[in-house]
Amino acid sequence: MIEISNLGFSYGPLAVLKNISLKASEGNIYGLLGENGVGKTTLLTLLCGLKKPQEGSITVDGRNPFGREPSLLADQFYLPDEVTPVHASALSFAKEHGVFWPHFELDKFETILSEFEVALEQKMDAMSAGQLKKTWIAFALACNAKYYYLDEPTNGLDIPSKAQFRKAVTKYTSEDSTLIISTHQVRDLENIIDPIIILDNKEVLVNATMEEISAKLFFDYGTELKPGALYLEQTPGGCIQVYPNTTGEESKVNVEAFFNTVHAHKDVIKAMFNL
Amino acid sequence: MNFNTEKPIYLQIVDVICDRILSGELKGGDRIPSVREYGADIGVNPNTMMRSYEKLTADGIIFNKRGIGYFLADDARETVLAAQRKDFIERDVPAIRQRMKLLGLNSSVFDEK
Repeated sequence: MIEISNLGFSYGPLAVLKNISLKASEGNIYGLLGENGVGKTTLLTLLCGLKKPQEGSITVDGRNPFGREPSLLADQFYLPDEVTPVHASALSFAKEHGVFWPHFELDKFETILSEFEVALEQKMDAMSAGQLKKTWIAFALACNAKYYYLDEPTNGLDIPSKAQFRKAVTKYTSEDSTLIISTHQVRDLENIIDPIIILDNKEVLVNATMEEISAKLFFDYGTELKPGALYLEQTPGGCIQVYPNTTGEESKVNVEAFFNTVHAHKDVIKAMFNL
Repeated sequence: MNFNTEKPIYLQIVDVICDRILSGELKGGDRIPSVREYGADIGVNPNTMMRSYEKLTADGIIFNKRGIGYFLADDARETVLAAQRKDFIERDVPAIRQRMKLLGLNSSVFDEK
């Protein structure tokens, strides 16, 4: 369980996060969405203990990440957007660094890497950006951590790798692990992220499961225009309209349309989701 | 797996499983993959997969043997068939009839050619 309360963080005079409160429970794959510069990466680096909260607190299973206790570090993995091109082969890197995670499995690393079609012997500093990212993702999953903070993990991945990534995050994490994935690649990940957290300038707009979203909002893909739609987007096959769900009928949540609806009607949405 | 845009994904997964039962690919008594296995195979969130299994369980199509896994009910095919026939008659037939009226067609379009 991750509990964030009244968290605040500024870079000099620039306040990025202010009064953020959020709970993330075990066994979920959270999608952390937000426009550029709202503090997604800052939040992830605070969660993993790289930065110290200036206001408020974060606890992960009751522990403060900035305390950097070995028992907590062994349970977590932070994968930054830009990963290091280590001067070593994938295999020797994994052997040398895996020892820091007590549940690390080298076999698992080899399996995932071969599914990603990256050679074990390849030098990481000679890899393409996508191959390097895949090596780090394989390493992260082989660490068998309980908490994963993944910053834009599908950036740089080619088309087949995106599908492999979606499978791997479910297949190679355990039932009690918690993943927080920040992303702009909503279409890559919309079937895999649930609940959805939307971060805005200094506040959390929404933290809701897909089930809650589809209970509160109806996503209409028909061609007939409805009055009272909160959001309307033209698509080749007609349009997507989002309006309050009054009938209880469920529809498929389109995460991009949801994001845009939330941004266009912040107060309405916040009231609707009781934040 | 690609999903169409209209129905919630968990219901689309339910439809796929029902179609596999109707086609005979899945049979009464068969064990089906765990929530996480199935989710990994098709690249969806375990919560979504869990909702599909909950719906199939509520409809009497699958059942959970504690600690062993999910299995198809012996009469799964009959259950699916009855539900889908009802759905076809109540939803699809009126829609087809309305469309035929719009296009000026009569029931001769169903005659074998």
